[in-house]
Amino acid sequence: MKTHPLRRPVVLILGTALALAAAACGSSATSTSSTPSTSPTAGASSTATLKVALIEPSLRNDLAFSQSMYAAATSLAGPMHFTLSVSDNLFNITDAANAMRQYASEGYNLIIAHGSQYGGTVEQLAPQFPKTSFAWGTAGVTYGLKNVFAYQANSQEGGYVEGYVAAQLSKSKVLGVIGPINVGDAHLYVVGFKAGALAAEPKATVHVSFTGSFSDDTLMSTAAKSYVSEKADVLTGSSQSVVGAVGVAKSEKVAWFGTQWDQSSLAPTEVVASQVYDWTGVLRQMLTAIRGGVLGGATYTITLGNNGEKIVYNPSYPLPAAIKSAGQHVAAEIISGTITPPTN
Amino acid sequence: MSQFFTTAVLVATVAAGVQLATPFLLAALGETMGQRSGVVNLGVDGIMLLGAFGAYYVAAKTGNLVLAAATGLGIGVVMGLLTAFVSVTLKAEQGISGIGVFLFGLGLTNVLLLRVFPSPVTIAALPAVPIPLLHRIPYIGPMFFTQNWLVYLAFLLVPVLTFVLNRTTYGMKIRAVGENPAAADTVGVSVARIRYSTVIIGCALAGLAGATLLLQIGIFQEDITNSEGFIAVALVYFGAWRPLGVMGGSLLYGMVGAVVVTWKTLGIIPTSESDIAAMAPAVLTVVALLSVARRYRQPAALGKPYERGA
Amino acid sequence: MSYLKSGRPPRAAGLGSRQDLLFSWLALPAAAILALLLGALLILAFGASPITGYHALITGAFSGTYALTSTAVKAVPLLLVGLGICIAFRANMLNIGGEGQIAMGGLAGTATALAVPGLPAVILVPLVLLAGAVGGGIWGAIPGAFKAYFNVNEILSTIMLNLVAVQFMNYLLSGPLVAHSGYAVGGLIPQTRLLSPNSWLPTLIAGTQLHLGVLIAVLLAVAVYVLLWRTSLGFRIRAVGLSREASRYAGMSVRPTMTLAMTLAGALSGVAGAMLVTGSISHRMVTDGTLTGFTGNAGFNGIVVALFAGLQPLWTIVTAFLFAGLLVGGTSMQVVTGVPADLVTAINGIIVVLVVSVEYLRRRARARARAAAAAGPGARDAPASGQADATGIAEKEVPA
Repeated sequence: MKTHPLRRPVVLILGTALALAAAACGSSATSTSSTPSTSPTAGASSTATLKVALIEPSLRNDLAFSQSMYAAATSLAGPMHFTLSVSDNLFNITDAANAMRQYASEGYNLIIAHGSQYGGTVEQLAPQFPKTSFAWGTAGVTYGLKNVFAYQANSQEGGYVEGYVAAQLSKSKVLGVIGPINVGDAHLYVVGFKAGALAAEPKATVHVSFTGSFSDDTLMSTAAKSYVSEKADVLTGSSQSVVGAVGVAKSEKVAWFGTQWDQSSLAPTEVVASQVYDWTGVLRQMLTAIRGGVLGGATYTITLGNNGEKIVYNPSYPLPAAIKSAGQHVAAEIISGTITPPTN
Repeated sequence: MSQFFTTAVLVATVAAGVQLATPFLLAALGETMGQRSGVVNLGVDGIMLLGAFGAYYVAAKTGNLVLAAATGLGIGVVMGLLTAFVSVTLKAEQGISGIGVFLFGLGLTNVLLLRVFPSPVTIAALPAVPIPLLHRIPYIGPMFFTQNWLVYLAFLLVPVLTFVLNRTTYGMKIRAVGENPAAADTVGVSVARIRYSTVIIGCALAGLAGATLLLQIGIFQEDITNSEGFIAVALVYFGAWRPLGVMGGSLLYGMVGAVVVTWKTLGIIPTSESDIAAMAPAVLTVVALLSVARRYRQPAALGKPYERGA
Repeated sequence: MSYLKSGRPPRAAGLGSRQDLLFSWLALPAAAILALLLGALLILAFGASPITGYHALITGAFSGTYALTSTAVKAVPLLLVGLGICIAFRANMLNIGGEGQIAMGGLAGTATALAVPGLPAVILVPLVLLAGAVGGGIWGAIPGAFKAYFNVNEILSTIMLNLVAVQFMNYLLSGPLVAHSGYAVGGLIPQTRLLSPNSWLPTLIAGTQLHLGVLIAVLLAVAVYVLLWRTSLGFRIRAVGLSREASRYAGMSVRPTMTLAMTLAGALSGVAGAMLVTGSISHRMVTDGTLTGFTGNAGFNGIVVALFAGLQPLWTIVTAFLFAGLLVGGTSMQVVTGVPADLVTAINGIIVVLVVSVEYLRRRARARARAAAAAGPGARDAPASGQADATGIAEKEVPA
């Protein structure tokens, strides 16, 4: 065999691809191009439509982290006059970087990098596009850059309240907490929950463990079953993989406390409450700043106080009124500063 | 550590381990059939995903769990036909066609999830079916005989498939085709037909495995299998292409996983060592195979497309 | 597997020579077009225009400097993993451990860069890549040795080692290697400190991401070509792949060769891992808990790329670039049309299946056509050329 068997076909494929490209270029009227244009299309006017891009590491309907920001952004698109373009499931940082860069070169005004793993990329990319605003969460670092906003969640606050309520609700005084990996807002939530539980019931046993994955549902469900066998009658956890654990809560009829998103739909009679992230306040502030010409340099934190974090009680769960009001009292104390839940 | 050895904890751990092992077992048994006849299918994970999504769709829309499992099986059959066509009739390179199926399943299920279920709902839980009398045996009863019916099905398949492979004519043909297709062809065995059948069975079981996983979790998520399909393929090698060995491998893997999780929940494994501990199932599987040091050969014709006269 | 390695065409029989020739010419492009059409249907079903979608894909991948350089950069891990496959598969071992080997290489390179940040770039950059090679090499040597000396199937051990690697990565990046910079609230991010600029791969074209790694990868492709066809080690690797027994009979050291083949494959993947960190925009190593988050599935896509190239290292450069184009274009398509990039993953899968399906038929048709032409007009059946189960190590193939 003198020539390689694949030589001609590969050339043919390449040729076919180019032919398709030529045809598409000829007939398509889209304005897609990758020639960079660094000036955003809208100025600082308050009614011009801004272009906002959202980059997320998991699917926008993950009932947790990504969905919280997606819901907030879509709800604000009309009232705040912006168009939203979403690139989700970009867990690979190189792909996310490419998407970010493409959005930036197409003149998007705000790029929301919704994932702590994107931080390094934002740090290096933002200086290359000084007229584009980047918002990075969840972490509280802007790298000192003038066009980077940072946003984060004080998940330990809601965690504390839920832990407090959970410990009082529990009859066995054994609670089970399942985290994915001990970082980020999962870490904060877990720390807050344990502190709140022990504050309510100092003799309670709060088990904490981490599955090692944000996406492995079966590990979560196994941990939940394990906790139930250890007599836990209240469970909680963080990340989109908690659905595995919620399923166990449902079948074993133990109470569940959720975070990041309202999880009452997952187990209508077992979910007691969820700490819901409401990013609309943060987004509003960022967009107003951008319209006013400020592209970054500020850190926004959602807390119980500014309503960025809400404890949403499941109306279908028969929570004793005394416990619920104790929880609301604790929340008020956190807001007023009397109690500061720990972060470590 | 004493907490671990309480009845409740031990029983829950073993029961969880059995449940964890079941999707692996189903998929690996299916792959065993295919590989025994000489066909490697690396697309098991993609088929599991497709089967899981199909089951989810049916369960969410109808609430009928049996129908959902059947849907997973059915999708597996369809994918089996496709895989068999590609691997047996078109004689494609088996390693990569499987990866193509994997990519297809992964991408399509994510897209479908976004499209069909913008706000996913949970489905009815799989009920545990206690086996009469047996489930009353102390310890063993709650561990093994109070599982859902898919678990029982999976473990029942082990003796069934062992019997089929070793004691039926069909099984003999499968083994012959896997070892020496030319010789089998000479005595009148239709290599293609045997391979088609085993691949279809294999993919059907993979689809069912996906459905099982889905029904056990209760909701569909992106990449719900988390590459379990590849682990299932690996377990076929671990099990030396015998259903009993595959069952051993699946149980080992599932049990170690369950034990690790339980020890984490009890604090026996501290949080700081959490990730290291999570390596245990994989490491132990390899160590187990090393120490047993068996000399089982793989089916001689594994991975080689057959062509008469060649 | 055998026909790919031996290069011998399968037995000829069947259609006349003209149809066969036509078929062999048209089959692959037809498969590719069919795949793209099916993809168009999927895009349509999702509610977007296939024309817009494909246009975005192609321009995003190939139009303009930035697109081309992004594609080239994306191709690097695919190429390197593919080169490893070229070596390992020719020694009859399927390396599915690319994902884990990339991760281990990335960790080794990152650790090196963090340990000696002060070294001058001339030393540090190659040192980091070397560390990556060592990290990945170890991760390839283990399954290689297990297969060679203990008969543990490499598919099993590589998959298991992938699982070990991801946990190791999570452990290191949330623990010993994590950046403890003061964030406003205590939560850590599982990423390392910013790597010293001395370790960054230099950018070849300013304003793009095209880094030195691209050049190194291409050079490595040439090196692998030379290794496989111009060195005795390469000869041994190919011989062992064709027949272990014959090689042993001929006095070759089979087991060390097999181990070495897997080690090289792992080392190449490890270099890809190191490049993924030092050539990235962020210059940190960060995890989201999965291997794919770091590798972008390069461990699997690299296998496809190598096999499309017929296990020829130089052709792997081309297939890696084209496949990378599909991936980069997919992200671009999502940005422009809102069609999820996952759809492109599915289309990639269809392309893989269709192209690989047609390959065998194509070769058979060409063999028939050639045989028919050789036997003169009117001849229909050509004598069988005999299939693999090579008993000899006759070199039938000529490199492209």
